Formats: sequence, structure tokens, C-alpha cells
Amino acid sequence: MEPAPRQVPGSLEPGQGRTIVESILELRGVSKRFGSFAAVDDLSLAVAPAEFITLLGASGSGKTTTLRMIAGFEALSAGEIWMDGAPIHGLPPYKRDINTVFQNYALFPHMSVWDNVAYGPKMRRVPPAEVTARVGAALEMVHLEQLARRAPRQLSGGQQQRVALARALVNRPKVLLLDEPLGALDLKLRKEMQLELKHLQTQVGITFVYVTHDQEEALTMSTRIALMRAGRIEQLGSPTEIYDRPASRYVADFIGETNLLQGRLREVMAGGAVLDVAGHLLRVRPPAGAVAGQQVWLSVRPEVLHILPEGAASPDTNVIQGTVEEGIYAGAVTKLRLRLADGTTLVLHAAPTGVAALPGQSARVGWPIGRGVCLAG
Amino acid sequence: MPGERIVARGSRWDRLRSRQWFRTTAAGVLPVGWVVVFLLVPYALLLVQSLWRLTDTQELVRWPLTLANYQRLFGTALYPQTILFSAGIALRVTLFSLVLAFPLAYLLAFKVKRHKNLMYMAVIIPLWVSYLVRAYAWKIILGQEGILNGLLASLGLIAAPLEFLLYSKWAVIIALTHIYTPFTLMPIYAVLEAIPPNLKEASHDLYAGRLRTFVHVVLPLSLPGVLAGSTFAFVLSMGDFIAPQLLGGNDSALMVSNVVVSLFGVAFNWPLGAAVSVVMLTLVLLLLTAANRLERRFDYRGDTGRPGKTDALGAIVTESRA
Repeated sequence: MEPAPRQVPGSLEPGQGRTIVESILELRGVSKRFGSFAAVDDLSLAVAPAEFITLLGASGSGKTTTLRMIAGFEALSAGEIWMDGAPIHGLPPYKRDINTVFQNYALFPHMSVWDNVAYGPKMRRVPPAEVTARVGAALEMVHLEQLARRAPRQLSGGQQQRVALARALVNRPKVLLLDEPLGALDLKLRKEMQLELKHLQTQVGITFVYVTHDQEEALTMSTRIALMRAGRIEQLGSPTEIYDRPASRYVADFIGETNLLQGRLREVMAGGAVLDVAGHLLRVRPPAGAVAGQQVWLSVRPEVLHILPEGAASPDTNVIQGTVEEGIYAGAVTKLRLRLADGTTLVLHAAPTGVAALPGQSARVGWPIGRGVCLAG
Repeated sequence: MPGERIVARGSRWDRLRSRQWFRTTAAGVLPVGWVVVFLLVPYALLLVQSLWRLTDTQELVRWPLTLANYQRLFGTALYPQTILFSAGIALRVTLFSLVLAFPLAYLLAFKVKRHKNLMYMAVIIPLWVSYLVRAYAWKIILGQEGILNGLLASLGLIAAPLEFLLYSKWAVIIALTHIYTPFTLMPIYAVLEAIPPNLKEASHDLYAGRLRTFVHVVLPLSLPGVLAGSTFAFVLSMGDFIAPQLLGGNDSALMVSNVVVSLFGVAFNWPLGAAVSVVMLTLVLLLLTAANRLERRFDYRGDTGRPGKTDALGAIVTESRA
């Protein structure tokens, strides 16, 4: 299954320091302009075989336009798209070995579930006996073999979603594109389908390119996430890399909850730097090329913060002093809001039993030095 | 407090007004009354009149009611013939309207991006021009001294004016096609517009090119509109009597509506005219019912929208037959 690792020029992951196997899908300097507005702006991306890559971004970030260009519904203004060693950006959608799961499923309303799934193989002139076998297998894979004769409108949203998935996967495409496929489902079903999709992807070994604006969904399912902003990739990396080592304030803020503390670098040394946040001196790893006196941001996730008991803190902990403003019970955690001397608010997630601080009290908050990320902008 | 006072002081009329059954009845009187007075009563009169009889000496016999007119109607070859002839004309008008309207509706729905409303209006505007003006226009175009003959003569294509153009069933078919094509176009355009663009994309995504996408997705989904449009063109042109009278020449004598007109207006045999009308009305109602059933079968959008709309339009069509 795994092709032999072979280095391809231009498919080196920037800033990752690792070579990937020959990419199955590659976007090279792709742009899409509508008038003077660039929906996608000089975007390059190499996708490895059997990868689950998510294009994550707010609405208008260009993620859906990118997907539509890969599918062939949207012409490129500039750049190239390669699949399996051949350019495909000039081909119409029906000549690309790519299938799409549409946002609202786009099932053919005048056909039964079975006919919907059989549409692709029939159009490819697969022999009838094989069509029957493949459609049966695809429906079984999504647990819908009992509903093959139903019309799409007789199915629930979740079932329609599975039909859309079977209709695409039955063609065994090299790349499957998914455009917010779970967006129309309710929360509980969405969570179930997330895991099911992930398992399915591992099982069939097809490359998934997934578009969503839901950062939690992206973190749960992806092998890599491309976080998009204004038509460009702001950061590309594994979910852990994106979450733990955001490359910019935008990424830190977009993914999960975080505290962004503004400060000035006092000293920059070989192994680290000293950051001054509201009079507190904190040890940080400075952003590349940072100099003393520079204004920077420190991102600290609420769950890595904890209230320190009186007395000395361990040497690998950064400590900051604040006043507790309020505590909000939220089930699994209690969210404590503190205010620092310079007026910045700080949110801390504590175990509900471990909360000793009361509103108005002064508290010392600490976190392991390595868990804060210093960002230039 | 204030509410209580009003209830306590409420007159008999106020109490009556607050009753649900009273409100429903009051709101229903006007529409139901309208249908009864202007639709059911005239049809009932027509039906009763068709059971009267005219003697050979032009005397009207009201009682006893008789089926003599219907016996005569189905016993003479003439009347079934005119019905079939009219149906033939209507069928051709329907086909030509479809051939013109479908591509136009397709272009409007999918290809025209700018000035879409303007283009649609351009198609619909002829509906606001008087029917008579449109029919007369064809007289000017097709006549012996008309525009078409003049053009062909000046191009040297013909020596003498073509006489078969005007005063034939073809003139009627051309004029009716022109007049009723917008009626065919509107429902087709409406269903094409309602096809979600991502269904076409999904079809392309699943390896179907433009032609196969059209055959397997667009065409089946447009059937309700095609059916509604065809019903309009067929029913309206089958009952038309003005265009045949103006443009049909001798052929117009074979159109059933013109026969009805002459039975009422020339022969003064109202009972027989009424009987022919009742037969026509029944045929049209059967046709509308069948079309409606079919349309529902082809409507995949559930119970919303279109069927109800078609019913309303169907009722208008039926009414115009009266």
C-alpha cells in the first residue's frame, strides 16, 4: 500500500524538516481571483497518499474554493494541480479520478439510494454484474443495505450523509473531497460520524481532503491540518503541532481557547529569553529572529494554567499574579477569570474540586515554561 | 382587569365574533360563493341545457330532459372528427411550443447570467399584448400581400405569392404556437431554476459529461414543468376559436370550438352546442387530472409548492373553457 519513499522536488514540507513520500495530490501556486478579490492566493500544498488532510478556516478563507478547484468545478486563475504525477487542472470534473461529498449531500432526488450509488460506476461503464457487487459492498460499508430501495427524501439527515459517502467511495477514487459533510447534522450525530469517517478512511486507505470551519472536528480527524486565512495557508501541521505550537496569534486564537499576553522581551539569550508581562518576568522560547526590546505575544492555553499554593514555585514554572474576578462552573471544568495588573484578563480551567480561590482574592497562577508559546505577531 | 370589563360588557355580536366557527364561516363565504356563482352555476346550466332539445322547427323542448343531443353528437361522424382534428392541431402546437420553449428555458435558467430578468421579461411581454393583435400580426405576415411572401418574392425565390400560408391549419398552428409558447416556457423555466446547481456538479463529479448529465439528471427533474407546460399549450389551443377563425380559412370549420361557436351563433342550436361543450369540458378535465397525477409522480420535492400551483392554474384553464 505505502509507496516507496521518494523525494519529489517541491514537496518538501516547509519548516517540518521531514520528507514525505511521493504526493498523490499537489497544488502549486494555485490562485483564484474573482475580479480584484483573491479568494485563493498563491497556495501550495502537497498531500501524501492515504492522508486525512483538513482545510480549516473561517468563512471566506478560501477553503471551499480550493476544494472546488481540486474537484474541477472552479477554473484556476493561476497555478497548477497535479495528481499522481500528472497535471489535472485542465481536465473537466468528469475526467478526474476524484469524488466529492457535497455539503448538502446533493443526492439525486429522482433516484433510489441504490441508483444514486450506482450512478458513478454506470457512467464509467462498469459491467452490470460488477456494479451490483460494488454498490452492495459500498452500502454495506455505510450500513445502509436495508434502505437501498428508498428514495433520498425518505431518509434522515445522517442516512443521507452515508449515501453521499457511499456514492463517492463506490468509485474508489484516488482522492475524496469532503465539503463540510457533517455541517447539517446535530451535535451528537456529528461526533459519532466524525469517528466513523475517520475509521472508514483508515479502512479504505483513500486520501481525504476535508473542508470544515469546526476546529474541534479538524483536530479530531486529521492527520494534518492546513489552517487557511485570506486565501493562504497560515499554518500547516499535525493537530498537535497546530494546537501546541501555533505559528501566529491568529492560529493560537482560532484553534481552541487561549490567553494572549502582550509583553516586551527584556533579554534574548542562546537558550531562551526573558519576557516582561505586566511587570512579571517570564522565561520563554523567543520567536525566531527576535531581539531584546521587541513587543511579542505569549499564548498560554487555559488548561495548562493552575493556581499555585503559597510558597516557592518549582524552577521550570512561570508565575504570574492576578486577582480572581469570577469562577464559572462548566461541568468538567470550572473556568476562573483573573485580571492582571495591566488589566489583561486571564482564563484558567481548573478541576471543579480544586478551586480554592474566591472572587476578589489575589492568586498566583503558574504554568510549565515549555507550555507557553511566544509569538512575534 | 381591562380585559375582564370588555368581556363582561361584550354584546351578543362580540361574543359571536369571537367564536371560531363563525370566523371560519365568515372568511369562507366569499371564495366559496365566488366559485359557486361564477363556476358551478354556469356549468350546471350548461349541463342542463345540453339535455334540452331543439325540434326540426326550431322549437325548444325543455321537458322531458333527453340525451338526444349526445346521441346525435356521437352518431354523426362530424363531431368526433372535429374533436380529433382539433386535438391534432393542439398536439402539433404543443410539440412546437416545447421545441421552442425548452431550449429557451434552459438557456435562461443555466446559461444567462447577466440581464436574466430582462431576458425573461422579453419572453413574457408578448403575453401582455392583446391576443387579437398577435393573431392579426400573423395575418399581415402570412397573407398573399404579406411580409413573408413579399420577402420571398423580392429574393426571387418565388414567382407567385404562396397561397397556402394563410387560411390553412398551418397558419393556425404557427399563430397558436407563438401565442402559447410563453405559457409552456414559464413552468419549464420554474422547474429548471429550482434544480440545485450542486446536482449537476454531483453528476459531473460522478463521470457524467454534459449530455449524460442532461439526460439522467436535468431532464427527469424537469418533467413536472414540461408536463405542466404541455398541458397549458394543449388545452388552450384545443379550445381556441379566434385564431382558426382569423387564420384558418376552410380548415377552421373543422375545429371543434368553431363548431360550438357556429352552433350557438349561427345555427342557434344552443342545446347541441351545450352538449358539445360538455363533452369538451369532460375531456379537458380528464386530461388535466391525468396530467396532474403524472406531475405528482414526477415531483420529487415532497408535498411542497408546485402541485398546488398547477391546480390553481388548471382551474383557470378550465374556467376559460366555459
